[in-house]
Amino acid sequence: MYRYDEIDHRLVAERVAQFRDQTRRHLIGELSEDEFRPLRLQNGLYVQRHAPMLRIAVPYGMLNSRQLTKLAHVARTYDRGVGHFTTRQNLQLNWVKLPEVPDILAELAEVEMHAIQTSGNCIRNVTSDHFAGVAADEIADPRPWAELLRQWSSFHPEFAYLPRKFKIAVNATKNDRTVAAAHDIGLHLTRDAAGELGFTVQVGGGLGRTPILGPVIREFLPSRHLLSYCEAILRIYNRHGRRDNIYKARIKILVKSLGTAEFARQVEAEWETLKDGPEDLCAEEVRRIAAHFTTPDYQLLADKDALFEVRKRDDKAFGRWVERNVHGHKVPGYAVVTLSLKAPGLAPGDITATQMETVATLADDYSSGELRVSHEQNLILSDVRQRDLYPLWQEARAAGLATPTVGHLADIVCCPGGDYCSLANAKSIPIAQAIQSRFEDLDYLHDIGELSLNISGCMNACGHHHVGNIGVLGVDKHGEEWYQVTIGGSQGHGASIGETLGPSFAADEMADVIERLVETYLSHRHADEQFIDTLRRIGVAPFKSRVYATPHEERKIANA
Amino acid sequence: MPNIIKNGIVIDDDWKTVTLTGDDTPETIKLPVGRLLVPARVWRARRAELIGREYEHGWALGVRLTAEEGPEAIATDVDDFTVIAVEFSRFADGRGYSTARLLRTRYGYCGELRATGDVLRDQLFYLQRVGFDAFALRADKNSEDAQASLADFTAAYQSAADLSSSLQRRATATRLAA
Repeated sequence: MYRYDEIDHRLVAERVAQFRDQTRRHLIGELSEDEFRPLRLQNGLYVQRHAPMLRIAVPYGMLNSRQLTKLAHVARTYDRGVGHFTTRQNLQLNWVKLPEVPDILAELAEVEMHAIQTSGNCIRNVTSDHFAGVAADEIADPRPWAELLRQWSSFHPEFAYLPRKFKIAVNATKNDRTVAAAHDIGLHLTRDAAGELGFTVQVGGGLGRTPILGPVIREFLPSRHLLSYCEAILRIYNRHGRRDNIYKARIKILVKSLGTAEFARQVEAEWETLKDGPEDLCAEEVRRIAAHFTTPDYQLLADKDALFEVRKRDDKAFGRWVERNVHGHKVPGYAVVTLSLKAPGLAPGDITATQMETVATLADDYSSGELRVSHEQNLILSDVRQRDLYPLWQEARAAGLATPTVGHLADIVCCPGGDYCSLANAKSIPIAQAIQSRFEDLDYLHDIGELSLNISGCMNACGHHHVGNIGVLGVDKHGEEWYQVTIGGSQGHGASIGETLGPSFAADEMADVIERLVETYLSHRHADEQFIDTLRRIGVAPFKSRVYATPHEERKIANA
Repeated sequence: MPNIIKNGIVIDDDWKTVTLTGDDTPETIKLPVGRLLVPARVWRARRAELIGREYEHGWALGVRLTAEEGPEAIATDVDDFTVIAVEFSRFADGRGYSTARLLRTRYGYCGELRATGDVLRDQLFYLQRVGFDAFALRADKNSEDAQASLADFTAAYQSAADLSSSLQRRATATRLAA
């Protein structure tokens, strides 16, 4: 993975010093809360319900074992020994103390980490495919491009005070694992007829209050123009995006109001003045960055390891874990492993400091010492030999990291919600827990098959509920917490936004509602149909009528 | 006399700011003696008069752009001005950054580019990188304290108005001139 050189180290150290002085001035009253807010946000610091929350950047989800060990130390020393991985591949600490944040940032800088631009109205942490570099279906490794974007966007002087936050994702496969269409800029690596590498550029996607999948404004952008083209998009947005209404300030609103064609025309006109300028990439620089993303020295192994095959057959629990949590690798004899952070009874994405240390050890012992955070809030070991899967599984299981539900209903994606977040309208973690405990039976989950369930505690949609097969959104009605359900959302190639089922539900109804949705699917499905396929075939109506079949007073329905 | 930070040092500022308020119109507002920073609307309405003052009295010309007014408002006139001031009504409104960048890199403006209004020390570094070389801090802020922030960073990942040679390729992050 990318390693800092002297300049990267210096910049991050200078940022820590800058923020230490800003914090000092704030604490002695020289810097008002209004003046301090954007500064602390651009260092990942929110003021939350109970304490400040620090969001630490994990650029495009890449971590190494040394960094994870440091995160464990930070979580234990400055927080309550727990971290939370987010849907944007970052790590959040929920109980930090403001005066200690500069010290935390200094500790992170020792392992080439920071919290720069993980919040605020600026270009945020760039996200990418958690299987980057090992996926068989990859057009090219997206990480060098994500790293180039990380550097270009870090401390960008012109785009630090945008109308609103700005998120970029880099996808490298047909079967998009980054939800790129739901980003302010979604970049899709592709090759033109001549084999040249470039990007299809999507702009103006987003979830939140106005969920939109971004339209394509350029089918093919030669890769060397990546940064100048992004600069053109950002400049049009910075100059013309709305600043009068926070809910209309994202770039998607600008794209919508101008129309895709006119927006694209303005970007192209701006880009004409920038292309072939200083931001365009020379091959040497791309190679310098790409050289960091090495592969381990793979051994020449059989496609199927005999002992692994025996274990898989003889140990049912192991076999189930392999089926759900182990994925194909482009190199024979190797596998990609998802360590689940979805153990029943715990908040999805949460990980203890001790677990972080365990994962770091597992990465060193069984993989390349590197790991990835997925936007589904799990951790990925990218280079495990098949023969090592059994001992790895035993250790992961002992640490509570082997819940065999990846891709299942119980692999819930969930924001911290009202338990922590001051933006939330409703709690989300207890809903996730109630659903997980309803669907504990692994055989039943297996029978249900692939089904994504996403929960957001408010319209900001950090849980990506719009693109869950089942989406749950916390809403506030007259001071009470209610939950609106959408169905039919999906990620990947041909992503879709879910449709609202109907009036919202009380918290204690939610497990029943999910169960009825699942029953509807099971009673209508054709062989080999997943939930989303059946839903697309029969439509929302049968689901709706089943869920709302009981009388209103029994369901304590809120007003629609 | 108020001061500004100019090219990294604090100096007295003898430019007067003309502001349209109430019933003022660009055509009728009274122009005081001396060097003036006038709104772009006043410049457009009274261009000949302002140029005449420069000839007659040697009062150099200055113009002020609001956040809404991009460089297009004065695009063909930039060479007439000794000072272009870009107004920040709120420090968190980032439009002025693009205005400055464009004035420097697209419209070829080489004179003083001044940030005015809600200008605070913690934005100075970025303001400098997009091309501002003068900063009129908000009245309650101390220019001497703020100067230090111009040196917050000693390198940059991207080109801006301060590193804009079109021949410069990004072989690595670029060290800023000291």
